[in-house]
Amino acid sequence: MRENIPDIEKKLLSGREYIGVEKIDGALVFIKNTHPIGYRELVEIVDPDGKARLGMVLDTSRDVVVVQVFEGASGLNLPGTSARFRGEPLMLGVTEKMLGRMFNGLGQPIDGGPPPVSDTEEDVNGRPINPTAREYPRDFIQTGISAIDGMNTLIRGQKLPIFSGNGLPHNELAAQIARQAKILGGETNFAVVFVAMGVKHDVARYFIKSFEDSGVIDKVALFLSLADDPSIERIITPRTALTLAEHLAFDKDMHVLVIMTDMSNYCESLREISTIRGEIPSRKGYPGYLYSDLAEIYERSGMIKGKKGSITQLPILTMPNDDISHPIPDLTGYITEGQIVFEREMFNRNIYPPIAGLPSLSRLMKDGIGKGMTREDHPHLASQLFAAYSYVKDVRNLASVIGEEELTPLDHQYLEFGEAFERKFVSQRIDEERTITETLDLGWKVLKKLPAEELHRITEEELDKYYYSGDSL
Amino acid sequence: MAERVIGKIHRVNGPVVEAFGITDAIMLELVQVGEARLIGELIKLEGARAIIQVYEDTTGLKPGENIYGSGMPLSVELGPGLIGTIYDGIQRPLELIRNATGPFIKRGETIKALDRKKKWHFVPAVSVEGVVAGGKSTGKRNKKDAGIEVTGGMVIGTVQETSHVLHKILIPPLMHGRLKKLAGEGDYTVEDEIGIVETEEGEKSIYLKHEWPIRVARPVRQRLPLNIPLITGQRVIDTFFPVAKGGTVAIPGGFGTGKTMTQHAIAKWCDADIITYIGCGERGNEMTDVLTEFPKLVDPRTGLSLMERTVLIANTSNMPVSAREASIYTGVTLAEYYRDQGLHVAVMADSTSRWAEALRELSGRMEEMPAEEGFPAYLPTRIAEFYERGGYMETLFGETGSVSIIGAVSPPGGDFSEPVTQHTKRFVRCFWALDRQLANSRHYPAISWLDSYSEYLDDVTPWWDEHVSERWQEYRGEIMELLQREVRLQQVVKLVGPDALPDSQRFIIEVCTMVKNAFLQQNAFDEVDRYSTVEKQMKMLEIIVTYWRKGSAAIKRGMTLIDLKKMKVLQDIMKMKFSVSNEDAAALDKLLARLERSFAQLESIYA
Ligand SMILES: Nc1ncnc2c1ncn2[C@@H]1O[C@H](COP(=O)(O)OP(=O)(O)OP(=O)(O)O)[C@@H](O)[C@H]1O
Ligand SMILES: [Mg+2]
Repeated sequence: MRENIPDIEKKLLSGREYIGVEKIDGALVFIKNTHPIGYRELVEIVDPDGKARLGMVLDTSRDVVVVQVFEGASGLNLPGTSARFRGEPLMLGVTEKMLGRMFNGLGQPIDGGPPPVSDTEEDVNGRPINPTAREYPRDFIQTGISAIDGMNTLIRGQKLPIFSGNGLPHNELAAQIARQAKILGGETNFAVVFVAMGVKHDVARYFIKSFEDSGVIDKVALFLSLADDPSIERIITPRTALTLAEHLAFDKDMHVLVIMTDMSNYCESLREISTIRGEIPSRKGYPGYLYSDLAEIYERSGMIKGKKGSITQLPILTMPNDDISHPIPDLTGYITEGQIVFEREMFNRNIYPPIAGLPSLSRLMKDGIGKGMTREDHPHLASQLFAAYSYVKDVRNLASVIGEEELTPLDHQYLEFGEAFERKFVSQRIDEERTITETLDLGWKVLKKLPAEELHRITEEELDKYYYSGDSL
Repeated sequence: MAERVIGKIHRVNGPVVEAFGITDAIMLELVQVGEARLIGELIKLEGARAIIQVYEDTTGLKPGENIYGSGMPLSVELGPGLIGTIYDGIQRPLELIRNATGPFIKRGETIKALDRKKKWHFVPAVSVEGVVAGGKSTGKRNKKDAGIEVTGGMVIGTVQETSHVLHKILIPPLMHGRLKKLAGEGDYTVEDEIGIVETEEGEKSIYLKHEWPIRVARPVRQRLPLNIPLITGQRVIDTFFPVAKGGTVAIPGGFGTGKTMTQHAIAKWCDADIITYIGCGERGNEMTDVLTEFPKLVDPRTGLSLMERTVLIANTSNMPVSAREASIYTGVTLAEYYRDQGLHVAVMADSTSRWAEALRELSGRMEEMPAEEGFPAYLPTRIAEFYERGGYMETLFGETGSVSIIGAVSPPGGDFSEPVTQHTKRFVRCFWALDRQLANSRHYPAISWLDSYSEYLDDVTPWWDEHVSERWQEYRGEIMELLQREVRLQQVVKLVGPDALPDSQRFIIEVCTMVKNAFLQQNAFDEVDRYSTVEKQMKMLEIIVTYWRKGSAAIKRGMTLIDLKKMKVLQDIMKMKFSVSNEDAAALDKLLARLERSFAQLESIYA
């Protein structure tokens, strides 16, 4: 096969090795006097022992090239380090055979097995999906968890993060969703891509065990960049993982659930690089492009017209100090299609899952519930539960000031409703799987704690069908 | 594009490219960068150096590669075929790009904005001798030479663009001369010459389309006062915080508080002729939502599909950041073009914060001195320039048209004291503040009645007087005042409980609960509730005001709140927004009559 000139030139140049670097700062390496280097080009940095580490060009000019080294710069020195530029961006060979395997953040196997023989190579940075090519997601996923299915419905192709805090059971919930998620009457061509960024070994092990126990581990590809791996590797990890997810979803017709934990660690690595480069920070030292950078990750989800598969993202992030206005949850919330918010106070009261009633939201819910999808009463029931529960919060505040005895009889009913809602509806066992019918019926039972006149969001027919008939708690 | 090399790449830093060896480049010139021919704009010129912002992903771009000049500024194509189309931030047709390159966007695409093959049926409105039948009066005939005098903005003919839009073909704004030739009625593509104008610089061809640079406001004859409301069908807006046609509004709100939903609702139901919807750095699925939903929805005023009056600009959050910066100018230029045809255009920009952040990112990469929170010092100027492009105008042709701008603002942490919200507030006259608490309790639209305001209120009151009811202002004011009083009463309740208040004051809280549930809250997903005509809004308002007036009078006479609340009709009032359709607004008269009868009955018991 004849190669054309640019290809030959690329080969020659990528063989050229530059010995000695100008400056090393954090995970950044500065190299001078190179041939013209492409922006975002892949680089091999060879350390004094002759071992190659991968890096990417962050800034290129005729004077100096700045390389971010994914495996970190520790152990490098100025004269002993050399660089080879590969003339193309970081590519990942992808194949279905990566399911059941374990990789590092760059997609290299770390389970002792050989590198899988790939079907095709893709640029890990991905390309934006043309908005006209998207298919609007509408398929209801039953997670078996009432607080989600009933109130914050997950839709296939959605990006729905969990906003958690240190020590809260977000891993448990994510694993439970991964175990139980199903499409009603649907097929099972599914896969899970699990992405760990800066979390501890036992977190990874917890997930692996959960996948093994439920017998799906062969359908899971793990990308691990753990707490003791170089922090800079996290920047590429979700991109590598999503490149595989895209292949599985859009070339292999699979429904892919991507669990990414912990996005806060990802953002911290980004901040680290930005600080070293002396960029002007925006809030809390995070770079001004954090929003765009996160969007590059989160927007790699959804469905595409004419393709059978889908990518559903379940990113997990811990809110520093449980503060939802911190830039990480804040910018995430601005990009994702809703959020599941954990509340420490509920957790302390022993409610699992501690899903906060009011700040949690699923934006795609509206098109995936109701007649023909879940049940015709679902939209009004959910809306009524929200409204009533929101009033409960007011009553509780009032009670804490004037004392419960001073409340009106109606307000007392609201308190009882609130208690039942949290204890019976939201609360469930970690291995408990409720069908959507069970969830909705439970919702009505809880609602019976309130008089019919209070239910402004429910129609007469719905009252007749579900409120007046049916059992109480 | 001609092979005019204007310089070479010195440095690539994200979307910002530094060039050296610049010879004859022009400021704000449209350029192609590197052998991948990425589209960019020259935004800084300093001796032999220049800075270019590139509208596509710059991966692989190398120092030393050529930069090609185009000799013209970044412009949009204006002509028939815009309506119903979705473009990216620099007006590339996304649908055609998908047909050409598949579901993922590739770089270096050069598909033209307007279809080159499609033929449009052109009907001239003038002839070289003067006006043709049915046309508007035009320039004077010049005795010596054949050809009437034409000036920029003049309408020379029409094309039926969609069944909704009669597209007027204009002489390009800056052109002036004699119309030497004009094609007769017939079918033409946007590239067929349909006329020739002899100008001082020689003969110029006229086409169904012309170009206009996006960063320059299109000229008008003069600004006119604003006094006609843009009716949105959203009760809290039309009745409490109205916007005038040609007005400017900001909708600030934290994530998930309802900016996009509000803009979608307005884009669907407002009484503008044309909607320009700019998705600037937001979600891909939201654009898909518009693309799938709008064609199915019917405009209540015309009975036609809503897509037939809508142009979309989509530069989603994962698309290149500099094109995000350009997208709002692209959108507003298209809006001005339809305004120049004597139409009323409403521009939705979601979100202007993403545009401001794009400015910040580019500025940072150019190592400019930052002002507040890293934003460049020129941020306020840019915001002002953008909103200044809104207005109610007399066009160059002497018609009237308007551009209303409704911009979403996404303040970090939902904190309105940040620079983009604060500066925007200086330049808009209407402010719909979205409230996190309201949104969390699912009170939608979560437009706060305490923090929002409209400076258009007095301007549009005469219109309501004339077209709806002279009582509008009075009723509106009365309810507004109750809402303000309720805040203070709620503070008391929070301290000592509701029992401490006399019935007369508890009744205020009751009425406000009714206002919130039955009037202010409006469900965008409900077939009936999603929009309300002004008549329905007025009648609903009247019912609530009647309840307030009669109820408070009755309490004064000794009736208890408990008895008052027993009235069966109240349940129906609470549900009137869902149960009474716009077409059937007369049913609200019956409801009002029932309310009055219920009061009469109660009083007779008490008497
Ligand atoms: N008028 C309404 N009727 C019913 N639901 C609404 C209404 N307004 C908002 N919502 C609900 O609130 C959710 C969030 O609204 P929206 O997407 O408009 O928020 P946003 O302010 O644009 O958020 P972001 O800044 O993250 O884009 C919607 O998905 C919907 O569930
Ligand atoms: Mg939005």
